[in-house]
Amino acid sequence: MAAEATIAPAKIGAKIGAGIGAPARPGAPPKSGARTGVPAWLRGLSGLIGFALILEIVPRIGLVSPHYLPPFSAIMVALFRELMSATFWTAFADTMRAWALGLVISLAAGTVIGIVIGSSNLLRTLTYSTIEFLRPIPSVALIPLAVLLFGTQLESTLILVVYAAFWQVLIQVLYGVHDVDPVARETARSYGLGTFAQVRYLIWPTMLPYLMTGVRLAAAVALILAITSEIAIDTEGLGREISQTEAGGAVAIMYAYVIVTGIVGVIVNLGARALERRVLFWHPSMRLDAGSGR
Amino acid sequence: MSGALSLARRAGIVLALPAALIALWWVTSAGSDSFYFPPLATILHTFVTLWLSPDAIPNVVPSLIRFAVGYFAAGLIGIAVGIPVGASRKLRQTLEPVLEFLRAVPPPVLVPVLILFAGIGDEMKILVIVFGCVWPVLLNTVAGVRALDEVLEDVVRCYRIGRMARLWHFVLPGASPQIFTGLRQSLSVGIILMVVSEMFAASNGIGFALVQYQRTFAIPEMWSGIILLGLIGIALSLVFRAAEAWLLAWYHGLRRTQRAN
Repeated sequence: MAAEATIAPAKIGAKIGAGIGAPARPGAPPKSGARTGVPAWLRGLSGLIGFALILEIVPRIGLVSPHYLPPFSAIMVALFRELMSATFWTAFADTMRAWALGLVISLAAGTVIGIVIGSSNLLRTLTYSTIEFLRPIPSVALIPLAVLLFGTQLESTLILVVYAAFWQVLIQVLYGVHDVDPVARETARSYGLGTFAQVRYLIWPTMLPYLMTGVRLAAAVALILAITSEIAIDTEGLGREISQTEAGGAVAIMYAYVIVTGIVGVIVNLGARALERRVLFWHPSMRLDAGSGR
Repeated sequence: MSGALSLARRAGIVLALPAALIALWWVTSAGSDSFYFPPLATILHTFVTLWLSPDAIPNVVPSLIRFAVGYFAAGLIGIAVGIPVGASRKLRQTLEPVLEFLRAVPPPVLVPVLILFAGIGDEMKILVIVFGCVWPVLLNTVAGVRALDEVLEDVVRCYRIGRMARLWHFVLPGASPQIFTGLRQSLSVGIILMVVSEMFAASNGIGFALVQYQRTFAIPEMWSGIILLGLIGIALSLVFRAAEAWLLAWYHGLRRTQRAN
């Protein structure tokens, strides 16, 4: 499971599975340990419970001061109390709005610009160095500029989120457009398909698996940058609640918010993967996956 | 002759757009009296006096040392923990939900958390970088070890190759393409955390200096800091790419021949 989530940019599921030249053998027996009857979810649950127990016991026996790390039960109590409060839901809505807006902007811009650049050999070679140059610039470098221009408004967060997420999408789309089968391209040209029809029936289906990988990467990055901006710039949202509760000494509430950000992150990851499977149900990589029962 | 010509053409293609963009910035900002967007000439002049002088050392060197220590520690821990987890199905199934959760926590929230434990000193910043960078390496190592060639695994077992030799000659090289994927993801996370931890609480470092310039409205200085961070990001990614090309040369060669067939 974790494997599919951490795939390199520029590659899609099917190709990674090959790892180091060992194609997954459909129907091959799973590796060691298949005989034991404990189902995977039960092991996972026991892992989670064990993790919670460690968090409960470590402060209780004084290994770590409860002022720094309250017992897990205390954090849970604080979490449920927060879930009843309006502060929490406002902060939650602020974070999710910044995340969603930033993601949509990056997706739209990345897809359109990617298709335009990717469809032309000249544009691709001309822009290659610029893209490779701008991409590694850390988006947090823009924090002071964002603060000066927009203060603690939503726009500050959007600048950071879009700058970080845009490149993820753009690079994937560029690879995707580049991957169009030359024979299919010639066929489309012979049949006199117009620009729009070419994008719709030729480029789009080829590019979609790459784009979905981009969506997955961008969704995770956008969340990180939304929260970063809330912590570093103090824009409204979950991140700001974390830094403020830390400054105010409300440690249990702070951990409650940290756990919430983690849960939001898990939901974003799982959601992106579910979306990918849904959108690409027709694609060989997904069908192979389903067939091999992994 | 034609080789030199094509080299010049390639250089032209690579440099054309960046040069055009910088020239555009230079020209449009030349007479600028906008407070927030000073002329590029002023920014570059500030850059040279500010960051290319010995005065820059107290801010740049601590940042880079903290980044390096945190990043390498995270890499070592991620690989060391990832190999046993990837090799054992039971361990993997037990730890998977916990790891998925820890990975999903946006790393910058660790800054306030670790301030509680470690104050605002170097330890906090290094710990933040370690905690943020370890998950991509760990999870990719797990995936890499899991995807090891089964036939080779049987061969290694048949020949009763010892534990260390197995690790060194089979597991590590086999998983290394995936491990490098994780290390590459960690690189950008590490730079973000280096800057954010210094912006949040510090007495030195590039992030600290950047925030100071912004708060005191030292705009050209602030722009020069942004450019410096950009250059550091680019330099680190180039170093990483060179290291990867060198260490994984065998792998890229293998892929090339596979594709050629």
